[in-house]
Amino acid sequence: MAGLDPARVYAMSIAAIEVSALTKRYAQVTALDAVDLSINQGECFGLLGPNGAGKTTLISIVAGLTRATSGRVRVMGHDVVDDYRWARRSLGVVPQELVFDPFFTVREMLRIQSGYFGLARNEAWIEEIMENLDLADKAEVNMRALSGGMKRRVLVAQALVHRPPVIVLDEPTAGVDVELRQGLWQFMRRLNRDGHTIVLTTHYLEEAQQMCGRIAMLKSGRVLALEPTRELLRRISGVLVALRLRGGLPPALRDRVIEENPEHVVLRLPHPREVGAALEACRSFGSEVEELEVGPADLEDVFLQLMSEPSERSLP
Amino acid sequence: MNPPMPMTALAIPRAGTASSWVGFRTLLYKESLRFWKVSFQTIVAPVLTGVLYLLVFGHMLDTRVEPFAGVHYSSFLVPGLVMMSILQNAFANSSSSLIQSKIMGNLVFLLLPPLSALQFFGAYVLASVLRGLAVGVGVFAVTVWLAPAAFEAPWWIPVFALIGAAMLAVVGLIAGIVSEKFDQLAAFQNFLILPATFLSGVFYSVHGLPPFWQVFSRVNPFFYVIDGFRYGFFARSDVSPWLSLLVVGLSFFAVSAIAVTMLHRGYKLRT
Repeated sequence: MAGLDPARVYAMSIAAIEVSALTKRYAQVTALDAVDLSINQGECFGLLGPNGAGKTTLISIVAGLTRATSGRVRVMGHDVVDDYRWARRSLGVVPQELVFDPFFTVREMLRIQSGYFGLARNEAWIEEIMENLDLADKAEVNMRALSGGMKRRVLVAQALVHRPPVIVLDEPTAGVDVELRQGLWQFMRRLNRDGHTIVLTTHYLEEAQQMCGRIAMLKSGRVLALEPTRELLRRISGVLVALRLRGGLPPALRDRVIEENPEHVVLRLPHPREVGAALEACRSFGSEVEELEVGPADLEDVFLQLMSEPSERSLP
Repeated sequence: MNPPMPMTALAIPRAGTASSWVGFRTLLYKESLRFWKVSFQTIVAPVLTGVLYLLVFGHMLDTRVEPFAGVHYSSFLVPGLVMMSILQNAFANSSSSLIQSKIMGNLVFLLLPPLSALQFFGAYVLASVLRGLAVGVGVFAVTVWLAPAAFEAPWWIPVFALIGAAMLAVVGLIAGIVSEKFDQLAAFQNFLILPATFLSGVFYSVHGLPPFWQVFSRVNPFFYVIDGFRYGFFARSDVSPWLSLLVVGLSFFAVSAIAVTMLHRGYKLRT
């Protein structure tokens, strides 16, 4: 640490988002159940879970849109209730719904949003965001006249207009075309490289796997897993083996099947060295292997495995 | 998407000198721009409605009714119509803006930034006062050519115009917060604002009413706004302008306290 400014070291040690014993109840429904979570500055963090897991509720509480029943949330060290001004200034949120104000143009929207955050002269930055999100030629176009993809870009631009250190994206690529999705991820990676903390929820597990260094998996308002993506993938240590067999699958391999149809069968084996034994079992059974494909387990397998386990299980 | 470019400007800046005054000013600007962009609907149309009232009722009743000695009915009607337009449009502005934002979902753009309840309140109310006054000035500017105006106690005119507009802007804000659908807001408008306006002495002096309706009028704050406003034109009124100011002032503070509390708690805005 020699040579470093102690104030800067302290500032960097503060979590980007700190969630402590967060609970949210709606009448009889518990949307979040004593959730603890800490997201470090500079991380790209994924929040995954099925519909109704509590992802959007969690993000809404972080953003101040929803009030917690109990527990605390801090953004860059600022409590989202007691110190809401600084907490909100530190946070940019891209909402899930494609919302817009039909009275204004893209440029007006961005100027207005910038003003809400107390930034009056922000023109250069607004131009730069529009340039980077390919919105420059739509600057004077009314929001109503934009396509869905363009409206999504404006939402991202609005979230960035006050240069927040922490950016939360709630299903940002839902319903957008492949080109825009790729572009958005590329832009998010650049923001992340520049030091912004990125928190995203997505249904595209492959993207979460590529983008996020750490992932939390939620189910029924509880955190089932909170680990670096690599560790999470290691949970499904082993390999997936897709086979096309002539002669059927030996009974000894039945409990390894995760997918089966008339064309092929997919087995999950705990270790690559068991592939040879599985093939030998097929030969001994009298089945001929016509086609073979071996690959690593992915996040989707981890997700499916965790989600299929009883919901009572959660992190201590 | 553009190809990668040097993103030095994307690097996190130092904490900026963000000002909460700018937040208030921006919301006021946005709310004013919103009604200005559709001014044909929000200003011109209500002015036309006010003028039509004067043409129809003034023509029919000018020779038959003399609310105050020596004052033509049309001249008596003009201040009432001006104030009615101010009140209705101040209410319509804050209530419709808020309900539209709630239903379209773009209210989130106001809930995410660090705007305080007072900033939110002040900007919505002030923008609605501006619209109410714009319509009021429009109605007066046209009707003054059709009925002679007097300015016997002129300082009361802006006082009641401002406080009346502000009171209805706050009521509109409350209606917008409470309503979740357009028909709930329409119920506010049709079953509260419209009867209270029509039974407030816009078209008549309450002295001409049967005793029951006189009592009814005197528990209606709108009556005091219109009576005090009209005092500015004729120096004559059904009750003292000071009493009117007291009633309207207290009503304004009461509804403001309710609105600010709702905004502070995030009632029906933050779940």
